[in-house]
Amino acid sequence: MSEPRQSVSLTVNEERHDVTVPNRKHLADILREDLGFTGVHVGCEHGVCGACTVRIDGAITRSCLVFGVQADGAEIETIEYLSAQSETRDLVDTFVAENALQCGFCTPGMVISAAALLAETPDPTREEVRAYLSGNYCRCTGYQAIVDAVMMTAAGRRAAKGERA
Amino acid sequence: MKPYPFEYTRVSSLEEAVTLLQREDEPRIIAGGQSLVPILAMRLAAPSRLIDIGGLSALRGIERRGDVLRIGALARHAEVMASAEVAEAVPLLARAISHVAHPAVRNRGTFGGSVCLADPAAELPAVCTALGATFEVFGSDGLRTIPAREFFLDIYETALAPDEILVAAQLPVACPKERFGFEEIARRHGDFAIVGLAVRARMEGTLFAELDLCFFGASPRPVLAQNAARAVIGQELTDETQQAAVSALTADLDPQEDAQADAEMRLHLAGVLLKRRLAEIAGKERQQ
Repeated sequence: MSEPRQSVSLTVNEERHDVTVPNRKHLADILREDLGFTGVHVGCEHGVCGACTVRIDGAITRSCLVFGVQADGAEIETIEYLSAQSETRDLVDTFVAENALQCGFCTPGMVISAAALLAETPDPTREEVRAYLSGNYCRCTGYQAIVDAVMMTAAGRRAAKGERA
Repeated sequence: MKPYPFEYTRVSSLEEAVTLLQREDEPRIIAGGQSLVPILAMRLAAPSRLIDIGGLSALRGIERRGDVLRIGALARHAEVMASAEVAEAVPLLARAISHVAHPAVRNRGTFGGSVCLADPAAELPAVCTALGATFEVFGSDGLRTIPAREFFLDIYETALAPDEILVAAQLPVACPKERFGFEEIARRHGDFAIVGLAVRARMEGTLFAELDLCFFGASPRPVLAQNAARAVIGQELTDETQQAAVSALTADLDPQEDAQADAEMRLHLAGVLLKRRLAEIAGKERQQ
């Protein structure tokens, strides 16, 4: 059987890409291999580890749980774009400052998930951070520093708001 | 882990989907894909064609219709979780939904997808069974309904015919005298439960007038523990009735062994959940 393919149009980090891909190719692999966004990390390839988390039409999604053909017409944002945005930049800086990573494999997914949490819940408890990030595995840190970094980012944002107000 | 090759069609109507279901050798419906994509990645299934119903807007939406809340098959878990209608009309579902998967999965996973996968450890089939929900399904003979309590047959097996598609679920709106309970035990928040329990009860004073106890992860399908319920119905919750209900679970459940727990541990945990939830429901009633 020849490999069934379709052409899809993806807007990635505000730039449109038209690619012809095998139907069975995960969005994560298209982003990495066809389009060069290697900040999308592929860990478990079956939706457990969260390393491949991206934003599709504004909502965090595991890009290994979406086939490229399903994402035709979608707007996708990866860590390459998000880490430069104000809503995420402080998180990235705090992750670095707090040593909230060791090997860094989980970090793109962790940052994108944490940014979504803080958008929904600007003042989370540690338990809420742990519950929200329960879909993102880290095999190095033991999570303590990651939760610290998210809490500190939240506190920093509240302080910044307070100063302005 | 990459799937076998497959053909792919994004359909624009239910009729088109049904025609493809009838014509293909081994078709699979895909909606959110949050369970199906891993199944394909692990090559546990090798469909000839994926029929993507994700674009069918008629299958979206959450809407109150008199005594039922109608949830479209394509309603995403995140929508259910954020819905004020769900919180008000079906409090049991509102309690259960935060246990369904992780945020990134809830953004894409659908109500209908969870129901149709029929994972015995999933929350939504148990909630539908506990509440006595009704499913609307569409096939070559048009629309029909299937009671949730007749829908889940076995592990990953449902009463859907091969050419039928789930369209919506109708969940009964809660009455003032009803009480609900929900709890599950999982190793990681958002994972499938080792054992879980969804409860609907109607109280008359301190007496349990009606009681539906639906266990999940404790049998090859969501199961109403009728013997346990009978041990409590018409009575107050006492140490004796509670113990009688727990003992009756042996006859109600058929726990299986897997990597997470053996059958004995599942039965024990089911008893723990039953005691806690009955106490909560009885306690709430006493406070009023």
